[in-house]
Amino acid sequence: MIKDILQKPESFYKEFYRKSGSNKLTTHYCPGCGHGVIHKLIAEAMDDFGISNKSVVISPVGCSVFAYYYFDCGNIQAPHGRAPAVATGVKRAIPGSIVISYQGDGDLAGIGGNEILHAANRGENISVFFVNNAIYGMTGSQMAPTTLIGQKTTTTPYGRSIQNEGYPIKVCELLATLEAPVYIERVAISDTKNVMKARKAIRKALQNQVENKGFSLVEILSPCPTGWGVKPTEAKKWIEEVLSKNFHLGIFKDKTSEPVALLNEAKKFDPEEIKKIIGEKNQNEQDTKFSKPDVKPKYQNPRIKISGFGGQGILFLGQLLSKCAMISDYYTTWLPSYGPEMRGGTANCQVNISNKRIGSPLVTETDVLIAMNLPSLDKFENDVKKDGLILVNSSLIGRNVRRGDVEVLYVPATRIADEIGNTKVANIVMLGAYIAQTKIVSNDCVLYTTNHSVKKKEFLKVNEEVFRRGMEYVISYKRKSNKEFDTVIF
Amino acid sequence: MAKLFLKGNEAVIRGAILAGCKSYYGYPITPASEIAEAAAKFFPLVGGTFLQAESEVGAINMSYGAASAGQRVMTASSGPGISLKQEGISYAAGSELPIVIVDIMRGGPGLGNIAPEQSDYNQIVKGGGHGNYKLIVLAPNCGQEMCDFTMLAFELADKYRTPVVVLADGFIGQMMEPVELPDPVNKIPTKNWQVDGTKETKNNLISSIYLDENDLEEHNIKLQVKYRKIQETEARFEEIQTDDAEIILMGYGIVSRVLQTVVEEAREEGIKAGLLRPITLFPFPKDIINKLCDRAKVFFVCEMSNGQMVDDVRLALNGKCPVKFYGRMGGIVPGTQEILNKVRILATSLPARGNYTEKLSETFIKI
Repeated sequence: MIKDILQKPESFYKEFYRKSGSNKLTTHYCPGCGHGVIHKLIAEAMDDFGISNKSVVISPVGCSVFAYYYFDCGNIQAPHGRAPAVATGVKRAIPGSIVISYQGDGDLAGIGGNEILHAANRGENISVFFVNNAIYGMTGSQMAPTTLIGQKTTTTPYGRSIQNEGYPIKVCELLATLEAPVYIERVAISDTKNVMKARKAIRKALQNQVENKGFSLVEILSPCPTGWGVKPTEAKKWIEEVLSKNFHLGIFKDKTSEPVALLNEAKKFDPEEIKKIIGEKNQNEQDTKFSKPDVKPKYQNPRIKISGFGGQGILFLGQLLSKCAMISDYYTTWLPSYGPEMRGGTANCQVNISNKRIGSPLVTETDVLIAMNLPSLDKFENDVKKDGLILVNSSLIGRNVRRGDVEVLYVPATRIADEIGNTKVANIVMLGAYIAQTKIVSNDCVLYTTNHSVKKKEFLKVNEEVFRRGMEYVISYKRKSNKEFDTVIF
Repeated sequence: MAKLFLKGNEAVIRGAILAGCKSYYGYPITPASEIAEAAAKFFPLVGGTFLQAESEVGAINMSYGAASAGQRVMTASSGPGISLKQEGISYAAGSELPIVIVDIMRGGPGLGNIAPEQSDYNQIVKGGGHGNYKLIVLAPNCGQEMCDFTMLAFELADKYRTPVVVLADGFIGQMMEPVELPDPVNKIPTKNWQVDGTKETKNNLISSIYLDENDLEEHNIKLQVKYRKIQETEARFEEIQTDDAEIILMGYGIVSRVLQTVVEEAREEGIKAGLLRPITLFPFPKDIINKLCDRAKVFFVCEMSNGQMVDDVRLALNGKCPVKFYGRMGGIVPGTQEILNKVRILATSLPARGNYTEKLSETFIKI
């Protein structure tokens, strides 16, 4: 019996070989410090559950930064306050492991307030041991978020004041308001009775994780005689008489009797399967190609700008053109105006279609401008190159193009779309007009691409119809006027 | 396999999954959000983890945890978010963790705007966090490279046990281009240092703390040796018409695309211009710069910043050749004609070789 008590837990290293200096048998903690006791309670629980081989302890920043000197298991040292986030990454990567986040009060309640809040709120299946000694020990006795009102530290030399520093944070009470945590308890390691309670709580927090129950946190009021400037015996007394009167001991949350959701085994995929999933296309689609039509030299390698109101399908029209170009074996780029203006206001995009590798995707000197509203024409008319092409949505633009050195198509795209019964497809009317004029890609290619890009089935027939109407509008006008299309039509 | 038409941001996630990346931790920010959205869509379908973290700080530290456990893991953000991640990046460099970080640069400083800039060069290439560390930095300039370089980033990260950054800008992230999916990585090398909750790895330790000064210096030296090896073996670049070039244009990312067109148009005018495009920003391709300066009369560096990479060009040349700089800021991407005009001016006043002394005031070509 005596031998048992004197023996180190199996889950401690026999010799603390990572520790610097010649003494590899004792911890680096000060006399009377609570960390050693808490470490031992954790290691004993790891022994009892036989989990040291699959455990990973996250060492924080603070006095317990060297927790990895002691625990004979996987060890990771984390940035200050971030242990719950690091623990999340480890646990998600290896759901079968036991992940322990060991943190002090500055680490958890100060700089790491956000990380612990959200790990708890997500119900990460980890065990958090939160050592609260109401002071920053490692850095030399500065104020902690849990320092008591009136308590003197090196950064509250006149005592913590409510007016300047506010009240001590009660972590258990705070986290217990969240839905997800399954178990939250505050204990103290002041006397034997309380140590036994702490032992039980620590065991329970680990058992919860072994049983996949979810997030557990045990706050441990722990003596820091050095930081408090008192003798170890006085420190224990202070926990009993003062600290635990401010931080009440007890269970704040316990949902451990509720049924546990079973973990899903992650499915394994072979690489080819994965490629199919992220390819988002079936085999037929992947192989579909269209040949390039013969394009008049002046319409080759167009640099296109499409502009209009948000909601006119400006970006979509550009994408359609680019996708058509791609499966017709052109090089192509599509560049949007992005950000808040997409959500209402004006939108424009820049499309390049080319027989050779595209350098700059920016369309500054424009070969083709598709202007769906008046502000677009006003803004971009002068950027169009001499002999370039401007397509004007004459339903919404009540003026002529002022330039005399460009080709202009006036297409009442919105009116035609309205006639079909859907004003939203004016963009496809314009697409029809542009393709009819330039034949940059085949009609079949456009119809194929449109059909595969539209999510709502009811648009399929409408799109086909308006695309043809857009084409016919251009072709019939040319037949009537028997000349190139450059006359104003309203 | 036929091509997909993808945004650069979407291509990143295709590359990550093909490289065997198993988890993504991130926080939304324009213009990088499509990366997180694509990850949210695809990672659950391929047995991986996607988690929207509570913060950028949370995201990099979750990545730190997953990388410690031996998983291929990534995170992505834009300038303001990367600034927040710097603490975690420094820790990952110190703990030698392979994490892939994608930075889709936007305008700064502060909240700046969401238009493309290249002003994160210094915080990424020179190290924005504390300590003597470097990151491998890859600079794609098209959708295909967003996919391919993300894959390469995972390979290099594992090979050298170091965080790797894919550094692109808002345009490269938002632009859609045809992307052909490469073959998936079939076998990911096992890591003997990982901490994965098994008996075999339980004596492993992931840590960046070395309390003893001598130990920490030794660790730092080990890191520097690694960086030197990376400098010697991993520098990548692309050259276009540099063979006989008198004016070497230099730029990365979206700017290199504009410069490619500038070179084409300059050549049509009979100006002997060529493009040297660094693909790795660390390691910076110093050797080729030194090789090209034997013939070149001037280096002309263009950036969407106040001139950050240009410092590395000057260091590489060490005064051997004049360096001119043209930069736009605030999210303005310089146009072809704008730069071509500067090249024309340069071409008419090419300095003679040798005995060159440069005045700082000459280096900024005003509009």
